[in-house]
Amino acid sequence: MSSESVEEYLRAIYEFNEKGNLAKNTDLAKRLDVAPSSVTQMIQKLAGEGLVVYEPYRGAMLTGKGDAIARKVVRKHRLLKRFLHNFLGLGSNKAHDEADRLEHGLSNEAAAALCKALDRPVISPDEEDQIPPCTLDVEDCDQCEEVRKETDGSKPITELSNLKLGETGVVAFIRGGTTACQRLLDMGLTQGTAVTVVNAAPFRGPMEVAVRGSNLALGRGLASHVFVEVEDTRPLGERFHPHGPYHGRKRKRGKS
Amino acid sequence: MDKRIDIALAGNANVGKSVVFNQLTGLHQHVGNWPGKTVERAEGTLSFGGYIINVIDLPGIYSLSTFSIEELVSREYIAIDRPDVIVNVVDACVLERNLFFTLQLLELEPRMVIDLNQVDLAGSKGIQVDSEKLSKLLGVPVVPTVATKNIGLHELMEKVVEVAEGELGPSVEIRYGQEVEKRIKELAEAVSGVDTPYPRRWIAIKLLEGDDEVEKMIYAVQPSIKDNVDKLKVEIEEIHGHDASSVIADERYAVAHRITDKASTYLIPEKRLSDQLHHATSHPVVGYVFMAAVILTVFYGIFTFGDFTSGIMGGWFEALNTAYEAVFGSGPLPAFIWDGLIEGIVAGVTIALPYIVPFYVALSVLEDSGYLARIAFLMDSAMHKIGLHGKGFIPLMLGFGCNVPACLGCRIMETDRERLLCAFVASLVPCAARSVVIMGLVAEYVGFEWAIALYVIDFALIFTLGRVAFKVVPGEPMGLIMEMPPYRWPTLRVTASKTWFKLRDFVYTAFPIIVIGNLLIQLADLVGLLDLVQGLLSPVTVLWLGLPMATGVILIFGILRKELTLILLASLMGTSNFALVLNPVQMFVFAFVVMVYIPCIATIAVLVKEFGYKKASIITLAQIGLAISLGGIIFHTLKFLGFP
Repeated sequence: MSSESVEEYLRAIYEFNEKGNLAKNTDLAKRLDVAPSSVTQMIQKLAGEGLVVYEPYRGAMLTGKGDAIARKVVRKHRLLKRFLHNFLGLGSNKAHDEADRLEHGLSNEAAAALCKALDRPVISPDEEDQIPPCTLDVEDCDQCEEVRKETDGSKPITELSNLKLGETGVVAFIRGGTTACQRLLDMGLTQGTAVTVVNAAPFRGPMEVAVRGSNLALGRGLASHVFVEVEDTRPLGERFHPHGPYHGRKRKRGKS
Repeated sequence: MDKRIDIALAGNANVGKSVVFNQLTGLHQHVGNWPGKTVERAEGTLSFGGYIINVIDLPGIYSLSTFSIEELVSREYIAIDRPDVIVNVVDACVLERNLFFTLQLLELEPRMVIDLNQVDLAGSKGIQVDSEKLSKLLGVPVVPTVATKNIGLHELMEKVVEVAEGELGPSVEIRYGQEVEKRIKELAEAVSGVDTPYPRRWIAIKLLEGDDEVEKMIYAVQPSIKDNVDKLKVEIEEIHGHDASSVIADERYAVAHRITDKASTYLIPEKRLSDQLHHATSHPVVGYVFMAAVILTVFYGIFTFGDFTSGIMGGWFEALNTAYEAVFGSGPLPAFIWDGLIEGIVAGVTIALPYIVPFYVALSVLEDSGYLARIAFLMDSAMHKIGLHGKGFIPLMLGFGCNVPACLGCRIMETDRERLLCAFVASLVPCAARSVVIMGLVAEYVGFEWAIALYVIDFALIFTLGRVAFKVVPGEPMGLIMEMPPYRWPTLRVTASKTWFKLRDFVYTAFPIIVIGNLLIQLADLVGLLDLVQGLLSPVTVLWLGLPMATGVILIFGILRKELTLILLASLMGTSNFALVLNPVQMFVFAFVVMVYIPCIATIAVLVKEFGYKKASIITLAQIGLAISLGGIIFHTLKFLGFP
């Protein structure tokens, strides 16, 4: 299965999840216009790779790892839509369809540049949907260009609050106010520290994380300040390449 | 005369510091406040081998920044008061994070001994820490202990005396990475001209970390150094790609990690019951059921015990009163002495002992076992609705027993803003005394469902006012971050001593106020002032609230203790069958007003103590206004709906 269709699925699940719903197979089939049987197959595959958690009869939910990949596609999609609609003046349906196609080809670098050119939008056009914030290690947007020189933004990074039970992430950076930041640092959530979610209270309550040999209870709000890198276990060919999906493809094919 | 040594216990929360403190000092302790701060200061003494050792238990903290008042108090004490020896209590189970704090303590260059505590628990977790190796790596003596079983504390004190007598400062300098270290040295050199009680190296580190207090202190004397600091900070940022404060935290943790790794061996942990218990008690479903059961059991136990003992003690005082009247007669003067002076003490005793003592015992057990942390964890999202995090639920829970410990308990919140919000909400929680009125009047004569309705109204009020206060009081809400300590058996000695000292604190705070307040009101009654007040209040009580005239006086007495309103109602109306003198609507309105109209005088005293006169009066006035306006609305609505 191509990385494109994986991304399509992840984005669709993301869109259900952000509204607070699980993504049901039938709903996914309708949204993606595919047969329910292939949805079942794909969900199994995604679950096997640790990208989603599937609850029988209830639906699928992105794991932290799934979110780290999905948010990049969603971000690109919504940035593109905003560009096509607000800047180029395309009708919103047209913009949506175009964005569907273009999102897979847009490199991380181009997405960051688009974000800057559009003056850092946070909401996609004619919808309530939030554009997921970037996962570059920046305090504010002024540092964006500088940071982009050093990293291509391809690392699978997400907020600690998105990690599901049993998932582990490695602290990449903390974004947010100095007091919150200092407290998290004092408790040992420094860069490079592995954090595992061991328990989560219901109703979006706090999560309990194992860090440095002890357990901490962490409110969701604080946890969303912490950006963690999750391990991307997908086979290399299916990963999104930072310079676009076709980058380096040929050479790999030639080898095999 | 014995020689005196001052020592301070410093360490993270949940490392067993208070157990060490209690084992060392027993009943020779004094709990007060740090001068001018609402931070608890526990101090005690012990005599050991010809020395009088004075122990200060510093608050449990994770860092020496200025994030909280506790941290500021601790570091000022260590650097400025310079106790002879710092005893750093560290938890062998979580050595790495504990050492992060140890490293910061060492930067203040005190004479120090490390108490490697809970080595038994660490052993059962499969962690073995080599104390000699640790001592070598840190350059200070390390003594392994199990404070709960009083193991190793004697050796600890021997080491303390040795260090106090010797000239043993920290012998190893903990170094950061090369780039950071170079800049610390440069800055330490640059601040050498400034006269402060703090070590220069520490000042340099804190300036790089951007510590407000240190910046203020140094820039006031040597403003020129700011450019230098900013330049060095930018350099560190350029090298590491992160701001200097997080680079320093990173490196400090890296050092802590390295030392922990070198000093510990890891074996396969035993399967422990406490892990399963933890799993069950913080489970998204079972956890709540368990919590409800625990809270209900605790309160049911306290109320049953309190009711029973309070009755017995009431009988004793009645007998005493009869004997008193037999001896002194029942003339106006003896009666005044009894009502004015002794009644106040009786009131205090019959409430404090039967309800407050078991309450403090239960609280101490819940806290020491680690269960309170689970409650905070489970209640976090509910508490966020009123702008507080999970820890704020604990004072609210205390409030059901008595608002006084509830308002004192708000100290567990991190910032002044959260403490104030929490205390405001906690003072609205129906305490034991209010429950007595609700149950004795409304549940008894109107119906149980009406009593429940009162509670529901109160919870709705708490929720609404909590939200309003959260929006009105300026400042950022704080998120929950707390350690989840493993379950432990509480120790009898610690529980007993905690209860004793809290009780003493309660008696000191509340008793004088209750006695004096009682005396003043009796005096006012004697000179006929109360009738005047009752007349003045009658437009409110009679016309607006629809209550009998006499309730004016009753409500004034109720400020002393709310359950007094019920007793007075009986004596002023001349019957304890309230159905004869009040109709159901009046009972409901009366109970509502009693519930809300003012925090009792002891609670007001605590509010003043914790937040000052201004904020205490605002809270008090707000509640008076609220009770009167809502009480009237309830009365007129019920009347309009055709209730008798």
